[in-house]
Amino acid sequence: MAAAGPSVFLLMVNGQVESAQFPEYDDLYCKYCFVYGQDWAPTAGLEEGISQITSKSQDVRRALVWNFPIDVTFKSTNPYGWPQIVLSVYGPDVFGNDVVRGYGAVHVPFSPGRHKRTIPMFVPESTSKLQKFTSWFMGRRPEYTDPKVVAQGEGREVTRVHSQGFVTLLFNVVTKDMRKLGYDTGPPDTQGTPGPSPPQGLPR
Amino acid sequence: MNPKEEKVKIITEEFSENNEVAEVGRQKKTSKVARQKRKKRLPTAGPEEMVSENPHLGGQQEPEQEDSDTRPLSMMSRRGPRSLPPIPSASRTGFAEFSMRERMREKLQAARSKAESTLLQEIPTTRPRRLQSPSKKELETEFGTEPGEKVQRTKQEDDSQSYSRVKFRDSAQKIKSKPPVPPGFPSAEEAYNFFTFNYDPEPEESEEKSQTRNRDETNQEEEEGEEEEPTVHGEHKTVMQDEEELLSAKDAEDFLLGLDHAAEDFVAVRPADYESVHVRLQREKELLFVPSRLTVPTYKKLPENVQPRFLEDEGLYIGARPEVPRTCQNIVENRLLTQDPGRKWFGDDGRILALPNPTKGFPSRPPMLTQEQDIKAELETLYKKAIKYVHRSQHMIGSGDTPGNFQLDIDILGLIFTHHPCFSREHVLAAKLAQLYDQYLARHQRNKAKFLTDKLQALRIAVQTGLNPAKTHKSLDTTQKTINEYKSEIRQTRKLRDAEQEKDRTLLKTIIKVWKEMKSLREFQRFTNTPLKLVLRKEKVDQKADEEAYEAEIQAEISELLEEHMEEHEQKMEAYRAAYQQWKAWKKAQRAKKKKKKQAVEEHPDEEMEEPYPGEEPVKPVPPEPTDRALIEQQVRERAARSRRRPGEPTLVPELSLAGSVTPNEQCPRVEVLRREDVKKRSVYLKVIFNDKEVSRTDSRPLGADFRVHFGQIFNLQIFNWPESLTLQVYETVGHSGTTLLAEVFLPIPETTVVTGRAPIEEVEFSSNQHVTLDHEGVGSGVPFSFEADGSNQLILMTSGKVSNSVAWAIGENGIPLIPPLSQQNIGFRSALKRADAISSIGTSGLTDLKKLAKWAAESKLDPNDPNNAPLMQLISVATSGESYVPDFFRLEQLQQEFNFVSDEELNRSKRFRLLCLRSQEVPEFRNYKQIPAYDREIMEKVFQDYEKRLQDRNVIETKDHIDTHRAIVAKYLQQVRESVINRFLIAKHHFLLSDLIVEEEVPNISILGLSLFKLAEQKRPLRPRRKGRKKVTAQNLSDGDIKVLVNIIRAYDIPVRKPTTSKFQQPSRSSRTFSEKRAASPTTHSPTHSSDYPLGQVLVRPFVEVSFQRTICHTTTAEGPNPSWNEELELPFRAPNGDYSTTSLQSVKDDVFINIFDEVLYDVLEDDRERGSGIHTRIERHWLGSVKIPFSTIYFQAKIDGTFKIDIPPVLLGYSKERSMIMERGFDSVRSLSEGSYITLFITIEPQLVPGELVREKFDSQEDEKLLQATEKFQTECALKFPHRQCLTTVTDISGKTVFVTRYLKPLNPPQELLDACPNNPQATAELVARYVSLIPFLPDTVSFAGICDLWSTSDQFLDLLAGDEEEHAVLLCNYFLFLGKKAWLMMGNAIPEGPTAYVLTREQSHYLIWNPCSGHFYGQFDTFCPLKSVGCLIGPDNIWFNTQRYDSPLRINFDVTKPKLWKSFFSRSLPYPGLSSIQPEELIYQRTDKAAAAELQDRIEKILKEKIMDWRPRHLTRWNRYCTSALRHFLPVLERSRGEDVEDDHRAELLKQLGDYRFSGFPLHMPYSELKPLIEAVYSTGVHNIDVPNVEFALAVYIHPYPKNVLSVWIYVASLIRNR
Repeated sequence: MAAAGPSVFLLMVNGQVESAQFPEYDDLYCKYCFVYGQDWAPTAGLEEGISQITSKSQDVRRALVWNFPIDVTFKSTNPYGWPQIVLSVYGPDVFGNDVVRGYGAVHVPFSPGRHKRTIPMFVPESTSKLQKFTSWFMGRRPEYTDPKVVAQGEGREVTRVHSQGFVTLLFNVVTKDMRKLGYDTGPPDTQGTPGPSPPQGLPR
Repeated sequence: MNPKEEKVKIITEEFSENNEVAEVGRQKKTSKVARQKRKKRLPTAGPEEMVSENPHLGGQQEPEQEDSDTRPLSMMSRRGPRSLPPIPSASRTGFAEFSMRERMREKLQAARSKAESTLLQEIPTTRPRRLQSPSKKELETEFGTEPGEKVQRTKQEDDSQSYSRVKFRDSAQKIKSKPPVPPGFPSAEEAYNFFTFNYDPEPEESEEKSQTRNRDETNQEEEEGEEEEPTVHGEHKTVMQDEEELLSAKDAEDFLLGLDHAAEDFVAVRPADYESVHVRLQREKELLFVPSRLTVPTYKKLPENVQPRFLEDEGLYIGARPEVPRTCQNIVENRLLTQDPGRKWFGDDGRILALPNPTKGFPSRPPMLTQEQDIKAELETLYKKAIKYVHRSQHMIGSGDTPGNFQLDIDILGLIFTHHPCFSREHVLAAKLAQLYDQYLARHQRNKAKFLTDKLQALRIAVQTGLNPAKTHKSLDTTQKTINEYKSEIRQTRKLRDAEQEKDRTLLKTIIKVWKEMKSLREFQRFTNTPLKLVLRKEKVDQKADEEAYEAEIQAEISELLEEHMEEHEQKMEAYRAAYQQWKAWKKAQRAKKKKKKQAVEEHPDEEMEEPYPGEEPVKPVPPEPTDRALIEQQVRERAARSRRRPGEPTLVPELSLAGSVTPNEQCPRVEVLRREDVKKRSVYLKVIFNDKEVSRTDSRPLGADFRVHFGQIFNLQIFNWPESLTLQVYETVGHSGTTLLAEVFLPIPETTVVTGRAPIEEVEFSSNQHVTLDHEGVGSGVPFSFEADGSNQLILMTSGKVSNSVAWAIGENGIPLIPPLSQQNIGFRSALKRADAISSIGTSGLTDLKKLAKWAAESKLDPNDPNNAPLMQLISVATSGESYVPDFFRLEQLQQEFNFVSDEELNRSKRFRLLCLRSQEVPEFRNYKQIPAYDREIMEKVFQDYEKRLQDRNVIETKDHIDTHRAIVAKYLQQVRESVINRFLIAKHHFLLSDLIVEEEVPNISILGLSLFKLAEQKRPLRPRRKGRKKVTAQNLSDGDIKVLVNIIRAYDIPVRKPTTSKFQQPSRSSRTFSEKRAASPTTHSPTHSSDYPLGQVLVRPFVEVSFQRTICHTTTAEGPNPSWNEELELPFRAPNGDYSTTSLQSVKDDVFINIFDEVLYDVLEDDRERGSGIHTRIERHWLGSVKIPFSTIYFQAKIDGTFKIDIPPVLLGYSKERSMIMERGFDSVRSLSEGSYITLFITIEPQLVPGELVREKFDSQEDEKLLQATEKFQTECALKFPHRQCLTTVTDISGKTVFVTRYLKPLNPPQELLDACPNNPQATAELVARYVSLIPFLPDTVSFAGICDLWSTSDQFLDLLAGDEEEHAVLLCNYFLFLGKKAWLMMGNAIPEGPTAYVLTREQSHYLIWNPCSGHFYGQFDTFCPLKSVGCLIGPDNIWFNTQRYDSPLRINFDVTKPKLWKSFFSRSLPYPGLSSIQPEELIYQRTDKAAAAELQDRIEKILKEKIMDWRPRHLTRWNRYCTSALRHFLPVLERSRGEDVEDDHRAELLKQLGDYRFSGFPLHMPYSELKPLIEAVYSTGVHNIDVPNVEFALAVYIHPYPKNVLSVWIYVASLIRNR
């Protein structure tokens, strides 16, 4: 097996859900989960997480900071179905009901290294004005049946959403054996330099 | 020429008019200029600035100023430059020093004087112009930079430099010394200057400078030319300084007014100056140029002394010019003229050079329909029945088109004989004359001679201009070359022209000759047959002019010829000289050789062989003779005399008319009369032959005296094959005798572009080779005859003629030509046929292939200048020029080949790719395949094995699992139907609704709001809590272990109780019970036999419930007594097949939940009584009492099952009997005790609650009438409005997926005769038997077969063939049988327990109604409380549907009288009468007798398999089979079948006891309809008989299969365990 080369590659993601910009809302918490294809399997770490409730900072940035760590490792045989992180943010409305404040998803960066991602967040719209009112009144806003819907394209055509804010994520991505399996995802400058290469360039 | 004043006026007008924006812009510019000027003033010294500024000023102004003002000035000065040298110089010096105003004034003056002089100039005083003309001319003819131009240009620069030098002699030096400032931000004007003006390279300039310096003084008009370099430098500088400094307005003003520059030394405070509008306008006038809109006279646009030359008139092709408004053209022309090298923009004809109009003359988009109605008509869709594709011949057009859609219109106008046997001699001549005349007309129309003459003329002019001595200094060789070409062309053209002219002349001569002959013939025969008459019209010509032209022509020709000859002579001389030299050399060599030879002959004799020349010796060349002019002249004159009209000779124009009169019959001789009569007798018709088949023929028309036949018929050929040949056959009928085929005329098949209305009328000639001799004046055909009296000069003429016709493709009603697509093989031969037409040669399809087109154009040598070819040539030039070519067609996957990184075969070979493909196709085996390996080598072949096997098996029927072949076939068929249907709905699965994705609260209505308000006041913890609906979970993100099936077992009633084995049989036989009794349900009266025999003093029965699901088993605790109460919740995990928790997959789960009731029996196994006090040693045995089976699909769809169910207790339960506890009976549950059988109360649900897959939202197509369908929809919505929960069914889907009206399913159908014969005089028994037969057909829920799809209803014959179906099919069949039996029967749609929505059958007996459960064969009275049917939605009869509109829907409380419209809403009523829908059921059902031998064999096999299974289930124990008992049981089973499982218990028991007296016995018969083996095994397993682990236990198992017609099998399995009593 070792001679034949690896049969899976590994993708290690750590980082954090850093902060969010939700100009209208306060006291939010967020959940994250990963959506991945059939060829993927988590090998270590947490696939899902739910953060603490954070309040807006008092400075001009009005940022909601979670700094909620993410640490997960996947193994896969196929880049198809590359993991996506799905975020959903919740917070109390005026009546104190916990309502959803935004959904968003982004692929885990392909290339190893440190990446910062800002995801626009959105929520599904009510189907009518009356429903909008009642849902506001009752504190039962429309929600996705499953937050993972936002990571897939199928069936989205029946929904309407409006945008809410942004969440900033930080990823540190490490891959293993991707190149050996023939997938070259590294940035151009680091290509072909798997480690600290000897100063006198060996013939490759 | 426009006078200056006019210009000024126009400028002012422009300002006052609409050009405000432009004005503002200009103002800005000027103000900017002004500011720049100001800035420089302050810091630096005056002179320097002046230098930098003034050129700059010039630079800014020059483009316009020169255009507007200085140019005219220059023109003026050009006129008399030499005579008036001081004026320009004066004005020059004034420019800088004078104020603007003064400058203006001066300019106006100058312009005025210029205008005056222009007037003077009208008389050509060409002297000064001449000076310029050579260089100017070059400018026009050659569009490159010419040396002459450079001269001019540098001259200008020189001048301007000198001009500035005059002004600022000292400062100019400084500027030049200043380093050039790097370009900053040039203004638009600067950029314009930069790009438009010609900067000549430096070295040349210096060179030219010396040349042109001397001309400085004279060419003063050039003085104003810009001084470019200083301008640019200056500009940069100002720009730079602009950023650095700020300036006061005053300084600027000072500067502008041209004040002294000493002002900068001190600061003077002055009021802000107001710049008056007038001043500004003045200044603007100076700066701006507005071109005139007036037409520019042609001579201004052309070089001097040149007449406009119109190429078009010379026969050269000029493309159509783009449309430009006249005024725009004028403006542009004016602007160009005032610009410097203006004339190079004008062509020889004095117009602006322009490329041909690039816009296409015809739209490439189909024409838009103007009327809106038409558009709608286009969009309107027409329903057309699908037409089956029938394979036709290769010419058949694609299957999509309906055949016969194409139409060829053949218009046959008429027929003209050019020769006919009946022609008289005169006719022959007349025909000839007519032919000649036609020829003449054609030639005249083409007028080639004239065309060639013109061409010759043009060529001569070209040569002359080419030879113009003024041009000789130009590139000599090229001109020479072109001239040579021209000359050769002239020669050719002349020859051609001569030939043409000669032809014309001879033709005219022949016409006259024939006419003369005819005249003489008419005179000779003294009658006239033809009305032909030729008139020659003379056209006078001007003798003198003609002669002159003639002479000039001859002279021109002579000179040309002479020249030619000279050239020839020269060449010959050259050749001669060369030859002579050669000859000389040869001679010399020869001589030398001879000498040598003489010496060498002795030494080298063999060399001699090689020495002599192989060829002949060169002859001494003769010098060519010089040409003689006189000789040539003579030749030319001769030729001219021959071919040309003599000068002064009038032109002859022949005119043929039919004005002549034909001699009437009486005056003719007999032979002629005979001939005429013969002609009258003859008639002609044509046959139209299409692809060698006659398709139609014209009317027969008599032949006219002029041998013309008019048909005027149009034939529309409806075709669907590509025409291969189109022939007309000319038939002639003489009198009443037969017809003769005269000739065949082959018509060309029209091009696809030829459509009706556009087709030209063509004349197709034909001729026949028949020989006809006639006995009258007619000359006959194919026989010699002569005009001469002596018979000499014989002629043989064949019958011939012309058919005028037109063939075209018809146009359909929507404007589409009805043309079949081109078939490939036709193109070949047609291209040979017509080469000249591009479309015919490469086909219309070839037009899209531009390369092909270009090739064709090159091959056929198209004249690129021919206007007809212009669009084509343009297209080709665009196409072949490369990148600019954009194809206007679309090709799917154009570059697919390039993007394939691996060949398809290789891709297919890859196992990994295949796996990925299969997974994405959602093939069941791979749908949930996880972690597809990264390498091919890691994928095991066996992964595909199952899948491949399944694919293979699709057609192979396997009998391993299915013992019965018929059922195997059916199973296969079902499998296939299932697969096809599932595939069909795979797409539907991917349709999402909003509710699938988003959870949203519904808008609360008033009641909900009220409730929620009420809820506020509600108690927090009510005493009687109500169950809340659980949240539903969509089955998409679940995994194993998430779903649990909860079974809540509450209680049971009437469990059979044990009977002591020793107790003797004492019960009376109950066989006397009748059918009516059953309903009355008499309670058994015998007292409970107290079981004192039981060793441990046990109660009657100790039942417990065991629930098994997916081989997981849970059981309750043991309760006691026949009416136990458990109240326990059992939790069973659920695993979806393949771990796929999608809705489809869940729906197709076929597992059942088995609820088995057992009796726990404790046996004392203590061997020794002495130990009884100290220890208990018992064995627990469990005896199966009965079961309830609930399919998972029911639970899944119902979400919960709550109710009391009848326990399925076998008819014989050995060792048990139904006991009645009197206490219980008298107690609360007296109703239940009325019935026989045991009941269990259950509550089953799934946790979490799953959202059942909704029915497919697609509408199926239907063959029902549209009105009926609308009515059904209306009916259903109305019903749903009133009673949303009641089932209303009007249309259903049949097995092929079509919507069918439900009553079509109901029709009397015959049950098997066998059943009818069984008890002929007891209708009730027959009915029961029929119901039993129906119930024996296996039950297979639709939802399992067709996951997620609505119910499919199969007809009764399909149902019987499939031998599987669900409630509807059973109910329909049963209802049909009842209808056949003459009962009043309806299909009853409603809700039942546990099925949910289901179909029952309602029959009306004499006084009451019976409700039949078609799946079990049981029937219930209307008021039977244990009837599983709980609600009734609608009734369906063979001719109507009734919806239940009563208040209640429980069968107990409703009235089944459908005639009452208040209670039952009928579908067909007076407003919509029953249309008499035909049934979709077959006429009659045909039943085959089931093969008894096969059944027996099956019976043996089942028995064997079951025995093996039981042994398998007991791996740790020995399984012994009691043969004796088995045979006894086997005997007993047919009896059970006969009595349908009733009332045999006691007899049987007695019998058994007799035989197996010393055995403790527990066992029971199981009865099932046979479908597959698996359910049988499952059922046996669920009884748990095998679980007995008493060491000495023995087993007995017997199987009996009773065959009913149509392969319906009733299976009985008797299982028993025996323990020997000691």
